[in-house]
Amino acid sequence: MAEKLIFPKHAYRTHGGVHAPHNKNTAQKESVVMTDVKSVTIPMSMHIGAPCKPTVKIGDTVKIGDIIGDSEAFVSAPIHASISGTVKKIDKITMPDSSKVDAITIESDGEMAVSESVKAPEVENLDDLLKAVRQSGLVGLGGAGFPAHVKLNIPKGKTVDTLIINVAECEPYITSDHREVIENSWDIMAGVYAVKDILDIHRVIIGIENNKPDAIKILREIADNEVDKYDEVRVLPLKASYPQGAEKILIKACTNREVPIGGLPADAGCIVMNVGSISFLSRYLKTGMPLVTKRITVDGTAINNPQNVIAPIGTPIKDIIEFCGGYKGEPKKLLMGGPMMGNSLADDSMPVIKQTNAIIAFAEKEAKLQTPSACIRCGRCVSACPMKLMPQSLSNAVDRKDFEALSKLNILNCMECGCCSFSCPAKRHIVQNLRLGKQLYNNYKKEQAQKEAKE
Amino acid sequence: MENKLYVSSSPHLSSNASTRRIMLDVIIALLPTSVAACIIFGMRSLVLIGVCVASCVLCEYIARKIMKRDTTIGDLSAVVTGLLLALNLPVNINPLIAVFGCIVAIVAVKQLFGGIGMNFVNPALAARIVLLVSFPNDMMTYPKAFFYKEGVDALTSATPLSDIGSYSYIELFLGKCPGCIGEVCAAALILGGIYLVIRKVISPVIPVVYVGVAALMTLVVGGDPLYQILSGGLLLGAIFMATDYTTSPITFSGKIIFAAGCGILTILLRTYSNMPEGVSFSILLMNVLVPHIENLTTPKSLGTVKKAKGEK
Repeated sequence: MAEKLIFPKHAYRTHGGVHAPHNKNTAQKESVVMTDVKSVTIPMSMHIGAPCKPTVKIGDTVKIGDIIGDSEAFVSAPIHASISGTVKKIDKITMPDSSKVDAITIESDGEMAVSESVKAPEVENLDDLLKAVRQSGLVGLGGAGFPAHVKLNIPKGKTVDTLIINVAECEPYITSDHREVIENSWDIMAGVYAVKDILDIHRVIIGIENNKPDAIKILREIADNEVDKYDEVRVLPLKASYPQGAEKILIKACTNREVPIGGLPADAGCIVMNVGSISFLSRYLKTGMPLVTKRITVDGTAINNPQNVIAPIGTPIKDIIEFCGGYKGEPKKLLMGGPMMGNSLADDSMPVIKQTNAIIAFAEKEAKLQTPSACIRCGRCVSACPMKLMPQSLSNAVDRKDFEALSKLNILNCMECGCCSFSCPAKRHIVQNLRLGKQLYNNYKKEQAQKEAKE
Repeated sequence: MENKLYVSSSPHLSSNASTRRIMLDVIIALLPTSVAACIIFGMRSLVLIGVCVASCVLCEYIARKIMKRDTTIGDLSAVVTGLLLALNLPVNINPLIAVFGCIVAIVAVKQLFGGIGMNFVNPALAARIVLLVSFPNDMMTYPKAFFYKEGVDALTSATPLSDIGSYSYIELFLGKCPGCIGEVCAAALILGGIYLVIRKVISPVIPVVYVGVAALMTLVVGGDPLYQILSGGLLLGAIFMATDYTTSPITFSGKIIFAAGCGILTILLRTYSNMPEGVSFSILLMNVLVPHIENLTTPKSLGTVKKAKGEK
């Protein structure tokens, strides 16, 4: 690529988006480390890809950092013990997306002893890095849980010239990335340099929403430091609008490139990494401690003491909420993740997993479901859709099961951000309907392919 | 955990916008026009508005009951239809004719096609055209402004459009001319339009393009653009009728095409047809074309173009 890489002075325009209330109540509170955990339940699938198989038996003793689950598959990430103690049981639990997976329950011995296997990896080239990243168990901490070593393994024939660090954190309430920047800013920079040097990337854009001025200031101070002698890392403040942190939107805002429909960020010459992932990576390269804890924002109208908690992965939500002063009044809705894209849970026994970045409990007022009425064709969903789709027409096509229209209107390009449902004055369940439509469409495509194969 | 939690698919937040609030905003935006109507044509305007609103709401209630569907009068859309229809009538019209118009608007045009959001033409406009065709004399007899101050006899006089140049710009702007009760006072209509744009109920695209194209078209056919814009139902149509959500395109470029079409047709009808007014017919014609305009203007989804322009 001969073209010279330019750092944009301002973010590029993106279509749509909504102004959801920020509610970043916990942004100025120091994160609290939670150590006194009695038991953890660690599911064997905390990433996109093949689930892991347990590598321990009931009765085994484990220490922090020991591998307890692994898989042969490439798109997968090993799972480590997050506390020291004894394996009590291995059985199925229901995940927030209602799938059932194996989970290992470890009862703490109260020591929090670290395994001898935890030592800094030796990284000299890309292969070493990818191996180390896989070994660390790192998955995309922004919420999707895409294994990091797969993301960093750029497919042959594709050139990546830009690394984008995602600090947009556009979901309401969540401040865990914000706190990461304030508390571990040098880790972020060390991670950026490690990845950029090994992948030979010469443009790093740190995209951050402009509602975090303190974090922007800190990142700028570090990025302008003399360490960065070629001036290849810059901070780009973005408009505070949901969903600014969605991968495709972030790429558009930072580089004005569009990821082709059905394509990957690499198709637009970009790698996007969450700020939490990159700072974890630099810590891992230094200490060798795999991904066993997670910073989680605990907030919502039904939480007594909202704050960021650094908890071992597998800690039951119940215990974390108790750690935050328990429920305020009667909780009516419990979310894992942000209020725009998070999953709502049926009870609080679920453990936190690698992708969990927030636990939000709502009281009756926020939790109550609104009844949808007829569409008045106001077009708010169309102007809110960041992917420039026609949510209203798509939703109608889903109702009619009109697969031709769904294909024409690009239903699979919907990223389920929920801007359409958020902005709908008739309170229609548009994105919910599109989610169903995507499933129906995929099933239909599969059936068509099978029919063709038979003929 | 004893108490039961709500479980639903995301998003778990929603904006404050509601259908009822939108309709309430339209009613508020029509208040200046309604007050102006009462000042210009007397308290009889208020009676006319009352009759239309009441019969529209009643029609909607009864129609929904007969069709065994949920009552929807709470969303206030029937009030808006009634108000718009009243503002599109001359003040001395027989109230029974107005009631007939309301039945056409709500029952025939709106509810028989499935209620709010399903009608393919604007109910108030369709009703106005039905009345115009059925009762041309009653619909085309306009009393003078402030006739009620001059005596009992309602004096009919030429409208600004049937006798071009008979009124000054300032008379047209303030509404001192004969016409339907809601169309004469341009100042009040613009005030309402500004309120709707500020409240983000309508985008200014349709009114601005409609008025702009109509002005250009007037120049083409050799008329006086400002006079054409200020007289007749053009502003009422551009601000309140053409921006009706249900019967205008939801895409941005579609809105431009729709409004431009309305502007061109309005001036062509005003200039070359037998009738002095063309706003209602032009909007109605463009209403019918909305599905096609939307098909033509479906936006390209993000990532459709392999390489965006200006890529760096």
